Amino acid sequence: MDLSLSTRTVGDRTVVEVGGEIDVYTAPKLREQLVELVNDGNYHLVVDMEGVDFLDSTGLGVLVGGLKRVRAHEGSLRLVCNQERILKIFRITGLTKVFPIHNSVDEAVAATD
Amino acid sequence: MATVELRFSALPEHVRTARLVAAAVARRAGVDESVLDEVRLAVGEACSRAVGLHRLTGADGAVRVALIEEEKRFLIEVEDEAGGPRSGSDGGSGSAAGGDSDGDDELGLAVITGLVEDVEVGKGAEGALIRMSWPVSTASIGV
Repeated sequence: MDLSLSTRTVGDRTVVEVGGEIDVYTAPKLREQLVELVNDGNYHLVVDMEGVDFLDSTGLGVLVGGLKRVRAHEGSLRLVCNQERILKIFRITGLTKVFPIHNSVDEAVAATD
Repeated sequence: MATVELRFSALPEHVRTARLVAAAVARRAGVDESVLDEVRLAVGEACSRAVGLHRLTGADGAVRVALIEEEKRFLIEVEDEAGGPRSGSDGGSGSAAGGDSDGDDELGLAVITGLVEDVEVGKGAEGALIRMSWPVSTASIGV
């Protein structure tokens, strides 16, 4: 299972739909995507992780890097995730306090702060 | 000798293979289904860290993963040949994903220690050695 990425715009948000496995091999592709979006002026990102089968610390690092980049432009990076096994990794590392995590893309897009 | 032993070039593309093999052997050894995700993730983290250390030091060599079935425990050893040792307090700006300084190395250890109750990070013959173990269900029958 490789990584799949697709982006779409909803209002002033850019939704990045991620599928497959985010690990040490595939995470650089996600990093490139996030860097490209920020370089193109998309500072309010919603990363939809509902299709993610596996996430490791390399993936977490990329998301943290993305958050740093959008924050440098007073932007936001919100996550959409309902999968317990993925959420567990955010809890273990304390990153639930860093990322706003939503139940649905609609909720994340509607969120203001 | 380990029940199953895997050696791979320290490259990111092989880490997934190590995860899959470890989970398959753990399942067969009788590790509870509910813990297999943890085994998969912990092995992945240990291997990613090993690959990252090789990348950081520029060392050639391989990553060794030993999967060892014991009577009541299932043991996994992940050893690199990056010239270590490096512990959790190594400063950690080295990125397992290749130089974005997002602190993946520290995060990786945080995930491993958060997931696995019995874990030991030490020194191997030519680098770092991570040892982890999980209980095996006594009712299991390996076929």
